[in-house]
Parts: sequence; C-alpha cells; structure tokens
Amino acid sequence: MTEEIRQNEMKAETFNLLFVGVGGQGVLLAAELTALAAARWGADVKQTEVHGVSQRGGTVETHVRFGAAVHSPIVTPGQAHALIALEKLEALRFAHFVHKKDGIVLVNDYEVVPGSVAGAAEHYPYNALDYARQKGFQLRALSATEIAADLGNVRMANVVLLGALSKVLPLPDDIWRQTLETRIPEKFREANLKAFAAGRDH
Amino acid sequence: MKELLLSNKAIARGAWEAGVKFAAGYPGTPSTEILESLVHYPEVHTQWSANEKVAFEEGMGAAIGGLRVLVTMKHVGVNVAADALMVFPYAGTNGGFVFISADDPGMHSSQNEQDNRYLALMAKVPIIEPVTAQECKDFVGIGLDLSEEFDTPVMLRTTTRLAHHKGLVELGKRGEVPLREFTPDPKRFSVPIYRKQLRPQLEARLQRLTDYAESSPLNRIECAESSIGVVTAGIAYQYAREALPEAGMLRLGLSYPLPPQMLRDFCARYETVYVIEEGEAFIEDRMRALGITNLVGKELFGNIGEYSPGRLLAALGRGELPQPLDADITLIPRPPMFCVGCGHRTVFSALRQLKVTVAGDIGCYTMGALPPYEAEHSTFCMGASIGTAFGLQQAGHKRVVAIIGDSTFIHSGIPPLIDAVANGGKLTLIILDNSTTGMTGAQPYVGSGQTIGGQAAPKLNIAEMVKAIGVEKVDVVDTWDRKAVPRAIRAALAHDAPAVVVAQGPCVMLPEIKGRDAPPYYVDESLCTQCDACFKVWCPAITRTDENFPLINSTECTSCTVCAQVCAPDAIYPWPQEEVLAV
Repeated sequence: MTEEIRQNEMKAETFNLLFVGVGGQGVLLAAELTALAAARWGADVKQTEVHGVSQRGGTVETHVRFGAAVHSPIVTPGQAHALIALEKLEALRFAHFVHKKDGIVLVNDYEVVPGSVAGAAEHYPYNALDYARQKGFQLRALSATEIAADLGNVRMANVVLLGALSKVLPLPDDIWRQTLETRIPEKFREANLKAFAAGRDH
Repeated sequence: MKELLLSNKAIARGAWEAGVKFAAGYPGTPSTEILESLVHYPEVHTQWSANEKVAFEEGMGAAIGGLRVLVTMKHVGVNVAADALMVFPYAGTNGGFVFISADDPGMHSSQNEQDNRYLALMAKVPIIEPVTAQECKDFVGIGLDLSEEFDTPVMLRTTTRLAHHKGLVELGKRGEVPLREFTPDPKRFSVPIYRKQLRPQLEARLQRLTDYAESSPLNRIECAESSIGVVTAGIAYQYAREALPEAGMLRLGLSYPLPPQMLRDFCARYETVYVIEEGEAFIEDRMRALGITNLVGKELFGNIGEYSPGRLLAALGRGELPQPLDADITLIPRPPMFCVGCGHRTVFSALRQLKVTVAGDIGCYTMGALPPYEAEHSTFCMGASIGTAFGLQQAGHKRVVAIIGDSTFIHSGIPPLIDAVANGGKLTLIILDNSTTGMTGAQPYVGSGQTIGGQAAPKLNIAEMVKAIGVEKVDVVDTWDRKAVPRAIRAALAHDAPAVVVAQGPCVMLPEIKGRDAPPYYVDESLCTQCDACFKVWCPAITRTDENFPLINSTECTSCTVCAQVCAPDAIYPWPQEEVLAV
C-alpha cells in the first residue's frame, strides 16, 4: 500500500476529539491548532466554540471532528477518540464522551479548585485519574503545566498536550510543525515548538 | 484554498463579498463576532448602534435609500427591533436587506429560549437557514438577491452551534453593487391610509415566495431507498444526517414560506417522516396544517434545549448514550464568575451587606445573583431593572435598588428612568459605568467614546445626562473604593427622591486595565495576622499557602487594591518596582 493510499484511507475515517479545561488555559487554541492541522492535511474539519457568559472562568469545552466529510460539529458521548483535558476535574466531567476501547484520555496532571463554590476544596476529586482508570478508560497523564513551566511559560501546557495527542492521530509531523509555525506568533514560536516536542517525546 | 472560518465570520465575509455597504447591530451572543469581523473590511460602513431597533431602522433607511444592508442581533434583539420589523415589509425594500436572528437554544448565554421564526412569520418575511459555515457565507448573498427580487426584508436565522462553530469556507471576491435609485414616495413609506392599500401586496408577495419555494435550490432533496424520510432545517440537518444516515432528506434552506407541493410529494414517498428542527414545531405544525399525517416530530425529540446527534439517537432508540461519571463522585460545577479585579465585585459586596432587594439587568452583573454575592433578585430583559424596581416600590417594598450597566442603560434604560422621575418614584439606581459592553467581550457602545473600529467618538457624560432627566442626587464614585461605594448607596437609599450612583471604573478586559503596567499586589507574611479579611473580598486570585497565609497570584492580579483596602495591618501592598525588574 502506498503512503498516499494509506493517508487517504485514514482521511475517510472521522476522528472525534474533545478539548476541555478551565477558561484561560488555552483550550480553544489547542483545538484550533488541531483543526488547522487537519485542514492542512486535506481533511474536512469542524470545530465548536463557546462564547459569551459561559467563558467567564468556567468550564471550557470544544469539539473537533475531522475526516472525509464531517456533518455534526458536536461529538456524541462514547465516540471520542481522544479527550484532551488541561485539568483533572474537567477530564472526569467529560470522560463519558470517550470511546472506552478505541479512545484515550490525555490529561494534564493539574488541579484548579473552583474558587467560587463552597466546599469545593473538600469535595474536589483528587483521585480523578485513578477513578477514571477504574471505570475502564485508557488514560495517559502528563505534567504538562510543569513541563511548560520548565520551558519558560505555564501557558504552553496546551501545546505540550498537543504533542502527546499527535502520537495518537494520523497527522504527519511536518503538518503539525507547519501549522504551529503558521499560527503561533514569531515571538513565541520557538518555545511552542519545544513544548510540542516535549509532549510528543514524553 | 479553503479557510477554517467561524460561521459568524463567514457571514461577515459573505456580506462583504455581496457588496453590502452598511452594517449595524448591537452585541449579543451568539451574533457578536459578525460585525467585529466585518469592521475589518473598509468598503463597508460597520457600526454598533444604540440598540437593535435603532440598528434595524438605520438599516431600513440605508436599504430604501438604495444600499445593500446587513443588520445583526441575537434572538431577543429582534424583540427590540420588532416594531420596525412588523411595518417595514409593507413598504418593501429597495437595496437588499438581510437581518441576522441568532437564536440560542439551550440558553448558553441568554435569559430565554425563543424561536424567532415566529417573528418572521408574523412580519410575513422569508426565513433562510444555512447549515454550514460555507452556507453562512453564501446565504448572505442569496438572501440579498431574494430581498431585492421580492422586495422584502429577509431573516437569516442561525442558532448557537451554527454561529459558533468553524468549518472550511471557500472565499470569493467582492462584487460591487451600484446604489439603487431611490424615489421618496409617501404612498409607499408613510401613513395608514396608504398602508391599507399596501396590505394585500404582503399576501401577494408571500404567494410569489411560496411559488418560488417549490423550485428554489435552497430546498434540497437527498433521495434514498428507505422507509424513513426526514424534513429538517438549520444545524439540525447535520445531526439528522448522523443519526439517520439511511433516510431520505428534504432540507429546507428556505424555511418560510414553505413549499406545500414539495412537502406533500416528499412525504408520500416514505412510510414515516421525521421532522427535525431545533426550537419549536414551526415546520411541523405547518406541515400538519397541509394535511400531512405520517409525521413524527416534537413528541419524540422535544422542543426544549439544544439538539445533538446523541439526543436524536437516544430519542430514536438507536443506542444508549454513556452518562457522566457522577454516580459515586462529585463533579463540582464551575459556574461563571466575575473576572479578577472586576469593579462589579465591590458593588455586589455592598448590596449583600445592605440586605436590599435588587432589580438587576442584562450584563455580566447577572452573576451578582450567584454565590457568594446572591445580591440580585430579578433579571428579565434589557433595561428592565428600572421599571421593575419602580413596580416593586408601587407594591410597597422598601429598600429596592435597580442596577444596570452603562451600555444597557444607553440601550434601553433611559426611557424608564425618565418615567420613574416623572411618575414620582423614589428610585435608587446604580449605573455600573465600565465604559464598555462587557459580557459579550468588551465592545464599545454609542457614547463610550469609541467606535467599533477603535476610532475616537463623542463620549457621553452619564452623570450629566441623568441630572438633565431631573435626578437631583447623583453621586459618581470609584467602583473599587470599598468605603465610598456602600456610603453612596446608603445615601441614595436615604434620599427622598430619585437618586443615582454611578460606579465608575473601566472593565478589566479593556486596555486601560489589561494593558497597563501596574505592579501586582502581594502579601507581606511578616505583617499578616491571618485575620482572613482579604478572603472576604472573594477575589479568585487569592488562595492559601500551606502555612495558611493568603497568596495573591501575581499574573492574575489587576492591582485593583480592594484586598489592600480591607487589610488592617497593611500587609498587602504593591510589589516594589525594583523587585519586579529583578525578577
């Protein structure tokens, strides 16, 4: 099978992804970079966004679907190939979207306790990762925030996770690199490429 | 090369390509990004208007004057513009006139669910409903052509998932459209006696549109060898394609007026026809009225909230959907909240302490109803705070406060204030003056001193305007002043006539705050007595160290000073400048 045929067969499949986290963590950018990479690869692609009051410090949830022809922009629960979670509680909140056999939860080992909720610190599910594994989800945890901090900017945790995601998607390396180079402003480009590589090699 | 574009930006692009020269609206989720994007095309005059009615009327004038026009608003904005919308179709337009109604099923960022197709039905204007980002672009031009051909305003309806998703869009060039000739004609544009003559023309136009609908390329049939058919419109079409891939589809791009013969013929081909539309049974009811009986619709899919492929699958009994993992673990909610440093916080702290009844309005400050403040007791619609407070006082309630943002006040707060003053109310009103339309992402409003494109514009002096209305007691306070804010509210409540407090300070999203170079505050642990007073200002940037000291997140701190104001031992102060540099 030639590489071209193999790539075309992969494009025929529809990939369902969910990106979640807390407002300000760069969830939308991670989703956008993935959608742009998929488009650059030649796939049809759709991405949802949330605007307005739901953005104020709350949960952020965005769906990306790509393949030969994508209809719904929304992913159906139980059908996601990957859940990319920048925060642990949010990983749990959306875990049911992931396909237990063919899907994976890629989670940043990082906690943001909802400050405005009474008793949140006591009830926060600190055991989120074990719990999700127990429930039968395939899960890979990365200290993305820590890795990003070591590289000079905690805000790149999203791109570290993208590096990890790139290993489970069929998009070739150079597509990811070109996408990052095109989308990320020059000032932050080098650092983000490093963050991506760190996530990929983790 | 196709571009990945937000549908709202595709609408803007479509307007530009189709030769639109005038575009107006008022910010409202999920419609705001259209004009924010369109402003980058210099060939189009793009503006925020005082409210949707004004935008619609300005658009109406521009259209009868001969230009192609786009007017944008969220679903409830059309209620505000409805006065103009109901009359405009009598005269008909001249230049193409398309208005966006961005509906919000599921109430992601709205006070109600409302299917605006009924407003178009009432106004007797056609509705077009795209299903992809590409169509969002294309339908603007198609709508403008229809508008000119049938001499009518056209509603382009989107819903949240359509407006706020990105898809691949093929871009085109701008086609310049010459100004159409305008003849001032009282018989067409004025007085009821002439309108009576125009009334039958509305029906004749609808009939012509119905004939057009039968063969319009906007209504598309996708045949299938199946016992199941689907009639659908809007984003629900995409969900239906996923949930019922084997079904024959009639997708209505023109969802009003409907094509009776096409619908009858289509439904005759299938045993069961599902009518799948987000919102109310708008299409379904009209199909039943045509005498079509093999339909299944709202009784199965429901009319509340958003649709999704999963919801359709579940309703059709085609598989059980996994549920959230909340059986034996608490998925703590993460409700939206005021930004770090938001000037509204001090006002709601004061209102909570004063134990007053608060009639609220539409803006970020609806979050004042949520914990920890719980100091807003009603929120209805734009400008309602003042009338509601006046009414509560008529019912004998004391210590009532109305609270409204500056942009909302300009939108529809001025007539109720004039009313309250003229009708002898003892209104206490707080105007949260943050120089912007905050909740939709910080858009300038008319009077904020800036245009949508960032150019300087006349700035309205709200305090002076309120005085001109006849309010004698007007206090302007710094919104971050923890002492001055409650003092002013108390004085206003004690005043025996209408009194207004203007709590002033820019929104933290504006460059005045976001872009300024102010040192963040920090806690000097050698002075801190762990009295916890600073925690009671409920700033999300303040957390606790392992040794139980407060810790201020220096990247989030906006230097609003509120925590420092409540610190008795003066243990909170700005990070010394030399240390900032050293770090």
